[in-house]
Amino acid sequence: MYSRSKASASPYLIWMVLFTVLPLALVVYFAFTDQAGNPTLSNITALGGYAMVFVLSLALAAIATALCLVIAYPVSYLLSRLRAGQQGILLMLVMLPMWMNFLLRTYAWMSLLERNGLINRFLGLFGIGPFEMINTNGAIVLGMVYNFLPYMILPLYNAMLKIDKNVIEAAEDLGAGTLYKFSRVVLPLSKPGIRTGLIMVFVPSVSTFIISKMLGGGDTWLIGDLIEAQFLGNTYNYNLGSAMSLVLMVVVLLIMSVMGGFDSEDMEGVI
Amino acid sequence: MAENPVVSLRNIAVDFGEEAVLQNLSLDILDKTFVTLLGPSGCGKTTTLRVIGGFLKPSMGKVYFDGQDITELPPYKRQVNTVFQKYALFPHLNVFENVAFGLRLKKLPEDEIRQSVLEMLELLGLKGFERRGSENLSGGQQQRVAIARALVNKPRVLLLDEPLGALDLKLRKEMQTELKRIQQALAITFVYVTHDQEEALTMSDTVVVMNQGEIQQIGTPEDIYNEPKNAFVADFIGESNLFDGRMPKDYLVEFAGTEWPCVDAGFTPNELVQVVVRPEDITVVPPIEGQVTGVVKSLVFKGVHWEMVVEQAGGEWLVQSTDASQPGDLIGMRLDPDEIHIMHRCEEASAHVQQE
Amino acid sequence: MGTKVMKRVYLVLLFSFLYVPIAIMIAFSFNSEKSRTIFGGFSFRWYEQLFRDEMVLSALALSVFIAIVSAVLATLIGTMASVGINRMGRISRSVTLNISYIPILNPEIITGVSMMLLFVVAKNGLAGLAESDVGALAWLAKNLLGIPSLLITHITFNLPYVLFMVSPKLRQMDIRLYEAALDLGCNERQAFFKVVLPEIMPAIFSAFLICLTYSIDDFTISYFTAGNRQTLPIAIYAMTRRRVSPEINALSAIIFFVILAIILVANLRERRGAYKGGRILPAGK
Repeated sequence: MYSRSKASASPYLIWMVLFTVLPLALVVYFAFTDQAGNPTLSNITALGGYAMVFVLSLALAAIATALCLVIAYPVSYLLSRLRAGQQGILLMLVMLPMWMNFLLRTYAWMSLLERNGLINRFLGLFGIGPFEMINTNGAIVLGMVYNFLPYMILPLYNAMLKIDKNVIEAAEDLGAGTLYKFSRVVLPLSKPGIRTGLIMVFVPSVSTFIISKMLGGGDTWLIGDLIEAQFLGNTYNYNLGSAMSLVLMVVVLLIMSVMGGFDSEDMEGVI
Repeated sequence: MAENPVVSLRNIAVDFGEEAVLQNLSLDILDKTFVTLLGPSGCGKTTTLRVIGGFLKPSMGKVYFDGQDITELPPYKRQVNTVFQKYALFPHLNVFENVAFGLRLKKLPEDEIRQSVLEMLELLGLKGFERRGSENLSGGQQQRVAIARALVNKPRVLLLDEPLGALDLKLRKEMQTELKRIQQALAITFVYVTHDQEEALTMSDTVVVMNQGEIQQIGTPEDIYNEPKNAFVADFIGESNLFDGRMPKDYLVEFAGTEWPCVDAGFTPNELVQVVVRPEDITVVPPIEGQVTGVVKSLVFKGVHWEMVVEQAGGEWLVQSTDASQPGDLIGMRLDPDEIHIMHRCEEASAHVQQE
Repeated sequence: MGTKVMKRVYLVLLFSFLYVPIAIMIAFSFNSEKSRTIFGGFSFRWYEQLFRDEMVLSALALSVFIAIVSAVLATLIGTMASVGINRMGRISRSVTLNISYIPILNPEIITGVSMMLLFVVAKNGLAGLAESDVGALAWLAKNLLGIPSLLITHITFNLPYVLFMVSPKLRQMDIRLYEAALDLGCNERQAFFKVVLPEIMPAIFSAFLICLTYSIDDFTISYFTAGNRQTLPIAIYAMTRRRVSPEINALSAIIFFVILAIILVANLRERRGAYKGGRILPAGK
């Protein structure tokens, strides 16, 4: 082919360098300078004081991710083994709530979890409660699971879709019981989907600031809340905020590399 | 049949990275002939076609059309059209618009386009299919549309890249006859790429046998079959027995442990040669009458004839005969002098001779 | 038998988990009372109030404007890039793809704050460059954070999705179609517009729709780069901060049914083979 059109990618490349690479470079620059622009490490060292926030964020995100995996795994498997027509409908039902803005989804849980919210009123009919549900870490985890569950289901489902029906039948034919079938056949073959799903849930969970604000009542601070406060909140310190962002980015990168990278093929259907 | 070549390739070389796909290839294609490039996959036949079509610029060498250098000319400026492998019909256009595609680009008047397209569809037996989507056609019909789409532009040369590969056997036979008919009716040059030797021998005026980026032999189908120039051609075209041998003198060859009269001359005395014997040329006789004898190892019925593997001092012989001999039988075999084909040992020498 | 019951129970629980909160929200959007927990009676009161809410309406208008303009530009630039990247060598292609993964994989808050930094720095730089308070530079310095920054951000986070949706279709496309067009007399440009573009049009259209939805849906990134402007999600956020505001329920109900309608139509079209888009997940994080 006579190709002269490589150049048609240049607006894109210029754009991405200008608005993706350059901003990230700025984050690094701000993280290592003080407000006067002099190089310093004080922003990084100051993060020590926020260690507990980082630990809590990682812990809540990890719990939410694990819960998503447990909840999503069976439904993904069931979906992938259905007839094509039913698959489409059920998958649509799983995805439909995702199309609503996540602020609205989170807001829905606010009115359910409140002290005199619907769940407590319902339990009250049986003389149970009221329970303190909103403004707890549990509520935050619930919000993460509710919002990000489909990010787990979709990659799992995609991975399981690729498992040939004959492979599973062969396992059954060879006398594999349900447990054996799952541990030796389905689980290993769905690994790429698990990896992608874990990343897809963990990354937004660990970096959220809205869920903690809305369901945590603003008392529980996560990394996201810290960063937000440095840029738009009262504390207002771009340099410290950049240092926090940098650390968050490093954490995310580390987790991705521990997970064995992010195969572009696993992204199929997610995009 | 005109004598001047319509397309000439001169010293063409193509390489993809490290890999040389064509090496120093020269070829003349005579006007209004049906030329087939035949060879195993990876031999460079499709690459040669793409060089002629202009889809691939050779790293060395020149392409001439009617004596004009067209090496640098893009495909759309060449008087050549292509029928692509798997047809490459435009899925967003119906049959009529697919065929009309080239004519519309020439901005011909609408009624002229209409007339040409309908004529061409009629020639290919596609009348009534004008409004069909190109994806709602059978393989054979798609094939015809692809041919019509190319031919309607009245190319001087039509390039066909394994056009029948995707069709079933019966349809393939029909299309072979049909393609030959069309070529003769329109009196244009066809350059046809295939790996199917039977297809090549059936349709072609000239067969070009290729292997590993080089031309092995050019000739009429009869030449290629009866007088293979080297072991590769002999092996690739039809079935054959290959023996290492020696020419003690003219008209006498020694192989399989005995001496045979033959019709070949001009070899240096005692030159080492290769000998090709077609299985169907071997006459089975009682042991006492045979030039050589052997023991039948296996017997398979092939419909028209029986096929036997015979063990003999010089090795195993593949023999085709209308009479069956049972495994274990001792049989005699005879060969007429003109059924023994003798080739130089050095394959390259003969290949280069052919490219003159 | 036991597993079958378990399957049922599990699916019922899962779908209840997914839909009960939304169903309750929709139900309470018709509440005549302001309460979020006591249903006082059926009324359209909150819908009426919503349609008179200037803040919501102007935020909606801004969101739609940003979505359309950014989706058009992102689709255009991204499609051009898909054509270019398809003809790149292995190394430059992998560099391009890796850059493209950054906005997709990076936490949204990082994308948001990093772009905010860029705009703030650019704004200060521009203000420094502008010699007086009038002129283009001064105007840009004053107005960069707002519609221009929102457009830039939305184009940026949408671009990679266009690339990842369109370039595979180009790669899958039979190269012989392009060659056939050349063979039949098209020059490279004509071959692209007459054959290649119609071939990848469904993918381009899907990418455009994705850009629209991602843009309308985005909160986190816009939150940092909108300046004083309010897109619809930012307005929703402001409403949730006010706590008691049943208008949100009405808005949710409308959005839910609009989306349901769009998805049903898209699915019906897909069944008829007209819509060849990929499976899609919104980016709301």
